[in-house]
Amino acid sequence: MGDTDTLLAEAMQAIGLADDERALDNLRVQYLGKKGSFTELLKSLGKLPAEERPAAGEGINKAKKALQSAIEERKAELVHAALDAQLDAERIDVTLPGRRQSKGGLHPITITIERIKKIFAAAGYEVAEGPEIEDEYHNFEALNIPSHHPARAMHDTFYVSPGTVLRTHTSPVQVHVMENGEPPFRMICPGRVYRCDSDLTHTPMFHQVEGLLVDEAVSMADLKGTVVNFLQTYFEADMPVRFRPSYFPFTEPSAEVDMGCVHCGGEGCRICSYTGWLEVMGCGMVHPRVLEMSGIDTEKYSGFAFGMGVERLAMLRYDVSDLRLYFENDVRFLRQFN
Amino acid sequence: MIICESWLKEWVDPKCDTEQLVSQLTMAGLEVDGVSAVAREFSGIIVGVVEAIEVHPDADKLSVCTVFDGANKHQVVCGAPNVKAGMKAPFATVGAEIVTEEDAKPFKIKTAKLRGVESNGMLCSAEELGLAESSEGLLELASDAPVGEDIRAYLQLEDASIALDLTPNRGDCLSVNGVAREVGVLARSPVIVPDVNDVPAVHDEEFPIQITAKDECPRYLGRVIRNINQNVEAPLWMQEKLRRSGLRGIDPIVDVTNYVLMELGQPMHAFDYRKLKGNIDVRLAKPNEKITLLDGKEVEMSADTLVIADTEKVVAMAGIMGGLATAVSKETTDVFLECAFFSPLAISGKARSYGMHTDASHRYERGVDYKLQYRAMERATELLLSLVGGEAGPVTETIGNLPTALQVSLRYDSIVRSLGITMESAEVEDILTRLGFNVASKTASELVVDVPSFRFDISIEADLIEELARIYGYDNIPLGQGMSAQSFARVDEAQLELNRIRDHLVALGYQEVISYSFIDPELSKQVTGGDESTIPLQNPISEDMGVMRTSLLPGLLNTLRYNANRQQDRMRLFETGLAFQNQAGTTRQTPQIAGVLMGLRNPKNWNNNKDLSDFYDVKGDVEILLGLGGGGSRIQFKPVQQKPFHPGQCAEVLTASGDSLGFLGTLHPAIQRELGLDSTVCLFELDLQALQQVKIPRAEALSRYPEVHRDLAIVLDESVSAEAISASLAENAGEYLSGFRIFDVYQGDAVEKGKKSVALGLTWQHPSRTLSDDEINTIISNCVNALQEQFNANLRN
Repeated sequence: MGDTDTLLAEAMQAIGLADDERALDNLRVQYLGKKGSFTELLKSLGKLPAEERPAAGEGINKAKKALQSAIEERKAELVHAALDAQLDAERIDVTLPGRRQSKGGLHPITITIERIKKIFAAAGYEVAEGPEIEDEYHNFEALNIPSHHPARAMHDTFYVSPGTVLRTHTSPVQVHVMENGEPPFRMICPGRVYRCDSDLTHTPMFHQVEGLLVDEAVSMADLKGTVVNFLQTYFEADMPVRFRPSYFPFTEPSAEVDMGCVHCGGEGCRICSYTGWLEVMGCGMVHPRVLEMSGIDTEKYSGFAFGMGVERLAMLRYDVSDLRLYFENDVRFLRQFN
Repeated sequence: MIICESWLKEWVDPKCDTEQLVSQLTMAGLEVDGVSAVAREFSGIIVGVVEAIEVHPDADKLSVCTVFDGANKHQVVCGAPNVKAGMKAPFATVGAEIVTEEDAKPFKIKTAKLRGVESNGMLCSAEELGLAESSEGLLELASDAPVGEDIRAYLQLEDASIALDLTPNRGDCLSVNGVAREVGVLARSPVIVPDVNDVPAVHDEEFPIQITAKDECPRYLGRVIRNINQNVEAPLWMQEKLRRSGLRGIDPIVDVTNYVLMELGQPMHAFDYRKLKGNIDVRLAKPNEKITLLDGKEVEMSADTLVIADTEKVVAMAGIMGGLATAVSKETTDVFLECAFFSPLAISGKARSYGMHTDASHRYERGVDYKLQYRAMERATELLLSLVGGEAGPVTETIGNLPTALQVSLRYDSIVRSLGITMESAEVEDILTRLGFNVASKTASELVVDVPSFRFDISIEADLIEELARIYGYDNIPLGQGMSAQSFARVDEAQLELNRIRDHLVALGYQEVISYSFIDPELSKQVTGGDESTIPLQNPISEDMGVMRTSLLPGLLNTLRYNANRQQDRMRLFETGLAFQNQAGTTRQTPQIAGVLMGLRNPKNWNNNKDLSDFYDVKGDVEILLGLGGGGSRIQFKPVQQKPFHPGQCAEVLTASGDSLGFLGTLHPAIQRELGLDSTVCLFELDLQALQQVKIPRAEALSRYPEVHRDLAIVLDESVSAEAISASLAENAGEYLSGFRIFDVYQGDAVEKGKKSVALGLTWQHPSRTLSDDEINTIISNCVNALQEQFNANLRN
């Protein structure tokens, strides 16, 4: 029995010293393999007296098992240590910035138009677009602005050629839509418009969104409901909205829309010129002559139209202080909206 | 227009304070732009009378006055040049306070010694009270001014100047009379029209009036007033009313005509009667006819300009401004007063075409009451005679083609239909009557009214409905339910949404910009060549915004340059919008999408290389866009030479059928240098509508059988394009080829000069069975043979 114990002790020591899997495999072969030391011991059992054999055999088998599990244990230990070493070696600085493309973004005017479109789309409005070089008929006459009308003075018009202008508003799009379709109409037309005016508060190009609804039994009450709903939805606030009589040749009655200043809550501040109100859009019931000129039966149909300046809404929504920033396209300005 | 509140209140009682009045006016469509006080804030200033004057013992320019305040006498030292015994003037007593600047502490009057003489109080000028910008001396009050009365009460200084921003349809509100009428309706108050007395003629001298332009001048009244004495000033009350209405005092005659203008809304003009010859003729200007106007400007008139002429010359540009030659001067003793109605169409836009804008043209353009002239003439005569004396002659009236009086009917049903509210017929009648409409006839369902001669904006039912809505109050109209969608919006899936394209570009690091549609013609030429298809503006706002863009690239390059000058060295920008071209007389306006990129491929980071973006970056981005919505596979890239691209690095994007979608490439280095850009710029521009044409996906069954993959490396002439190689393979690799890519292109020491090595990866898959090695080997050898035949390509060993 002395042999078994000695051998076991020797093997155990060797396992403890083994520092990789391969060494362990070699030890397994050396001690437990077909020609291994313990296998030899078992073979030599026959030399013992019969009464000692069972005990000696049991002793050897026990030692083999012990050896087997020591090897497994050592192996697990080594795998673990190796993984630890790998993980340790693979440690990185997670505070360094990630690898990526730069961040692009949309222009605040696009963001604003898309937001307006989304709100109106939910109410069933389609989007229509039209030409920016427009004939005077669609830009003026069809909107009840004859050539001598004082309202033409309100539009500083860019001319491309006699009779052809850069559209001064998006309203001609409603004319195109009405001329080419049958009521009911429910649409908005966003787009670029042009006026020959450039100073602190005017850029020669800007954006409008025009809205039109023509149907049976549309009244000014519907217009008011629509405009108030839109403004409160757009600004996500329940500010008051008021309608003042105004004048546009293509609507009758016409109204200018003021909303409670979203900046000061109506208290009065620089943004609202200390009035508590912000002028945000014009609107009205479509002038019967405009409907007639587009071939719509005014006894059956009526409608409303509204128009708003996109730059203005974006200024109020995003605290933009200077109109000219929109078209300078300084990327440092634009990136603030990304 | 500025309206004086106290003047307005002489006509109508608004039954409310200034603040409420302002709010009512605004909410009735007469927008109030601002309200200002008519004098400085002060207290303790009364009407004083200067009883005696002595020269200051130690100062020539100072007087020592005895001022009586109605109860006591005060010694006051005064430096005003016009002070004299007996005059009445504003007297600031000791303890009076004057606010000289807004929000500043008031200036307090104390007993003081001036050059050794005690002064108890101060006699005041108009300037000191805030009634004038500057004054020469004391404000002399009327001789009947009650001594001791507070100046604020005496001069009615608790008053306001209300600035109205009127819309062009409301010419009828450009007077006290007009605004009073509106206030009368809003407050349901009667409007008290001051009596105008006819001034009897004291001589029978008339100056004949002929109207040649009968449509343009429907009515012209004239009157000769002789022997006037101009050596007077308009009374303080008149000066004050004018001042509070924003008009400057000029001379007694102009002050009177301005007064009538403000009171009634009738522009008038006075000629020096002695300088008029023959008769008045109201006619259109003759070719090349000239006039020197009151302001000294000489104008050559266009033939559609209405003029007032005598038998020798043009004496006024009708409704705009009088001429210098016949203007009233200090020496004038006899005047010819003009009071006319010119039709809005005749005046509209004329003043503007000469770069002018006058109080008269402003009113005539918008419409003056065509029945007002006689009354205005009498009013002006009455006021004038009371100021400058003189003898009035009879009124001469000549009529052209007067406007036809209109009748408009209103169906009560239309009110609810249009406004969503119902109104009692009595209320409707009351509102319209107060607004000056006359009920011509009525039934249970309808009302017919005569449109008053001062309303040029009422011709149809909707106009009357607007009047009712205005007075009823827009704010009192309820909010409608809105209307439920009666049809679903059309959603065309074969039309790629612009949003998806934009979002992809954003994800690829592009920043959207919006640049002007009109650009610098020089830049346009530099970038796109510029030809007769470029559309110039007739009236550009400045030279560098002179032509409509034919491409989005100039604007993008300009933006790139703008930002590069602000230390931005890596940029990816895009824009969408119309490009404009004149093609054989037709204006083409096509939606385009374009992008530019410059600088490092990737944003500067701690671990990446410093490669600059090049052609293949922009091409990759374009391929992604073209691939959206299932497009892309049919696209060809054809090498072309095109401005503003590098001749060897530019491709035209073509559809399978050969239609051009646009171009992409590297910016020509010469143009890059001209633009002052330091590094390589890549750009693309595509037809947006074509890009948006996509296919609705059709799903196919997936094969359950394994893919077979083979790589090939071939060496061929460097001039053979990737497209040619892929076309050859597409033809020869059989119908089960499911994937193909070029995964390496090598030129260098290991291959012969002028040749390149191209590594190709091919993948096959059969939908219903496993492909055998033999089949694939046959295909490969077919491909290799074809490549050899077509391009003299060899397999790389």
